[in-house]
Amino acid sequence: MMQHPAIMALLITSLIICAMMLYASWYGRQILGKWDLSSGSELQLTLERRTYLISTILSYALLFQILSLFLYIFTADDLHILFTGAMCAAGTLNVNSYGYPTLILKLVNCILAGVWLIINYADTRGYDYPLIKAKYVLLGILALLVLLETLLMFKYFSLLKGDVITSCCGSLFSSDKPSIAGDIAGLSHSIMQPVFFAAMVATLVCGLVFLWNGRGGYLFPLVSSLTFVIAAASLISFIALYYYELPTHHCPFCILQKEYGYAGYALYAALLGGAVTGIGAGVLMPFRRCASLAQVVPSLQRKLVMVTVLLYLLFALLVSYRMLSTDFRLG
Amino acid sequence: MIQLSQVTKSFNSGKPNQFTAVDDVSLTIEQGQLTVLKGPSGSGKTTLLSLIGCMARPSSGRITLHGVRTAFFPDDTAASGLNISSLPERFLTEIRRTTFGFIFQQFSLVKGITALENIMLPAYPTGESQAAVRKRALDLLDLFAISRHASAPVDWLSGGELQRVAIARAMINNPAAIIADEPTAHLDSRLSVEFMETIGSLKSTGKTVLIASHDPIVYDSPLADTVVEMRDGRITGIKKLP
Amino acid sequence: MHSSLNRHINILDFALSSLLRRKTKNSSLLVLYMLIVFIIASLIFFVHALKREAALILKNAPDMVVQRMIAGRHDLIPVSYGEKIGAIRGVSAVVPRLWGYYYDPVFGANYTLMVPDNRTISPENVIIGSGVARNQRIKTGDLLTFRTYDKGSLLLQVEQILPYESELVAADLVLMSASDFQAMFRMPRGVATDLALTVANPLELITVANKIVEQFPDTRPILKSEILRTYNSVFDWRGGMMVVMLGVAVLSFVIFAWDKATGLSAEERKEIGILKSIGWETSDVLLLKFWEGAVISLSAFLAGVVLAYGHVFFFSAALFEHPLKGWSILYPQFRLVPAVDAYQLSILFFLSVIPYTAATIIPAWLAATVDPDAAMRS
Repeated sequence: MMQHPAIMALLITSLIICAMMLYASWYGRQILGKWDLSSGSELQLTLERRTYLISTILSYALLFQILSLFLYIFTADDLHILFTGAMCAAGTLNVNSYGYPTLILKLVNCILAGVWLIINYADTRGYDYPLIKAKYVLLGILALLVLLETLLMFKYFSLLKGDVITSCCGSLFSSDKPSIAGDIAGLSHSIMQPVFFAAMVATLVCGLVFLWNGRGGYLFPLVSSLTFVIAAASLISFIALYYYELPTHHCPFCILQKEYGYAGYALYAALLGGAVTGIGAGVLMPFRRCASLAQVVPSLQRKLVMVTVLLYLLFALLVSYRMLSTDFRLG
Repeated sequence: MIQLSQVTKSFNSGKPNQFTAVDDVSLTIEQGQLTVLKGPSGSGKTTLLSLIGCMARPSSGRITLHGVRTAFFPDDTAASGLNISSLPERFLTEIRRTTFGFIFQQFSLVKGITALENIMLPAYPTGESQAAVRKRALDLLDLFAISRHASAPVDWLSGGELQRVAIARAMINNPAAIIADEPTAHLDSRLSVEFMETIGSLKSTGKTVLIASHDPIVYDSPLADTVVEMRDGRITGIKKLP
Repeated sequence: MHSSLNRHINILDFALSSLLRRKTKNSSLLVLYMLIVFIIASLIFFVHALKREAALILKNAPDMVVQRMIAGRHDLIPVSYGEKIGAIRGVSAVVPRLWGYYYDPVFGANYTLMVPDNRTISPENVIIGSGVARNQRIKTGDLLTFRTYDKGSLLLQVEQILPYESELVAADLVLMSASDFQAMFRMPRGVATDLALTVANPLELITVANKIVEQFPDTRPILKSEILRTYNSVFDWRGGMMVVMLGVAVLSFVIFAWDKATGLSAEERKEIGILKSIGWETSDVLLLKFWEGAVISLSAFLAGVVLAYGHVFFFSAALFEHPLKGWSILYPQFRLVPAVDAYQLSILFFLSVIPYTAATIIPAWLAATVDPDAAMRS
């Protein structure tokens, strides 16, 4: 199955990102070992110059990673014809047990890379690079996760062979199958709908409290991350249904298609963006008191929280608009 | 005001070709005055200029800036002095961009683009709108009476005109201090005298000027408040005008 | 008004002027880049268009075809099977089909002979595909000779030549009447080559197929979806093979790009030194390099895509026809319908722009970390 242009594009890109990350984390380790800001020695200057390379590499890596996440979904969708029973990307990903783990890991890596860039931004604003150790430890973890993701993706595509009977999304996301995805769809919309909106309101409230008096700096990221998970589950449970106007079509990938006005992009961008900024704001909390960052971090956190609130609000508004404007009604 | 305390800068340390350009220099550059570094080539003048002008970090010692406002330090340090010896590049550059204007020995203008564009270049990364910068640049061209060369590629200009473009470029971000390295090396006597007159008018607007030169027109000029003699990276004498 | 947007605009401005100042170096890079994009894009557009054509044509194919097997090989199927199959719930129509292959030794070509079910052809007449007409250089009214299985010859008159639009599947087609067909191959009556089934509800296809095999264990039902899948697989596989071969070209291009990027002339190095000494920070120079790369990538990508579009859809991909269309002597000539979508373009982007960008990250950084006081010393 490897000899398909899109699959080769994905695998090559994955290898490139992997190589970039391993290279960056290798030098990151060196920096962790020999960093000494007070010395004006040439080694220190070389290390400082190298930090620019690493943040450049990470920025490109994040860009490539996000693009490849979407290409992965689209390739899975394009390949569905080759598998009996697969109606869209959801079916293709279910052909073997590596499809969904790869997707989830890709998502996690995107979020972690985004958080790393936020930490990096804060670090460069401090005149003594206060976050440098935390940054490079996270980089090491991220590099390993990217390596794992590349391996999983290789495994997935190498085991992929046409004509394998798979469960299509109709049965994958229907309530009678005992798989995880089945359970999500099985979450009755009468429970998920109020939970979703409650989570959104909670995030909004926590965010406003933080913006008002700076309290709840640890609570907000927790709430926003939880809301992210709830929103993702809600997409499958009831939100997608409103876009397809079908009570059984639970697939979260089809809303990225042309037929539905590419609505999925706005939704996923808002949700992912909000997740990254929310976690980013939380990660910076321990560094509020740092001398060099005292002026930088609070305002940065406020900006991040504001962005999170706005993005989640956008998500909620898009969903509500869709729910109200269509004639389709759930139970 | 700039204070240097036991500043040393060496290259290739630990290797057989280790070279110490500036050796244990302690010096105070007074605000609003013209200080001249005098000495033969190889005496460390250029390296000292780059250290003072936030272009390089010292291998050891301290450099403190007084009266400089920065975005990233609370205001009270402006009085007690800002230690720039171990600032990362980002911060050094930000200070340099807003505090210092450089005039280089060979003018160091970018070939192939116009005089106007050359003058505007230092302001590009600051995020200021091009229109505002362009207006300031045109005003500077006017000030130095070279407006008619605004759209001429710098390759076509004469030595004196290039000199004036270089000075204009140094002024684009309204710096508090001007640093010049052998500015009269490629000029004849008439233009050198003209240059010193320009420096005089800049000094009268309150700017601090620091020049490294082995040209008598510069170090014997009545405008020079302090003349620092250097040899082999060390200071051999300081002469202050009464 | 200080803003991040202004910074980008200013630096982009300088990037453009910088690129234009070094026309020779940048134009060789641009041309090669464009060539790589052109080749890969042509390939991708071509394969995609072929897949689309095949899918469109197969829309009218029967939902299921039932063949009889004997000792694992395709045998003729009795029409009586068809009557019983027609009784299975879900099957709305069963049509016995007569078709086969004929090798013409004179012209060295394989024809597909078929008895059409949507029109009747009078005996001793044929309707032929444009490929056959081209191959034998005949036109309407001419006579075609076939050698029959009993050592005789059959003379048939060309009634019509199939239109150009049907090239992809009908180039080698010869349509004749049932009696001529049976005479030709000495085929007994009451048998057909296979049975074409119409099944109203696509969800029932597998159920019906299972029932047929249960009733007639010597049959093999083939679903339209399986045919489509196979075509897709073949086109994908062939396309993939070509991409692998082009991989060498892409790799060479990437190495070339790396070389260009690392080989900073003394002039360029001096210029960056000047920028750093007048107040540009390393990240500003990195941004400059980013914009330079982006402008080159964008121009090469657009130019390559436009040229590939023209190549595939106006010149029928003259460079790629042979490995991709097939192996027979009768190459169908046809104009592909232009069909490009965002998915194809993004695959192209991944195969060209991303390797280029990745290769230039380190050289760009090396350039950006030039020491500012190097400018003071020059």
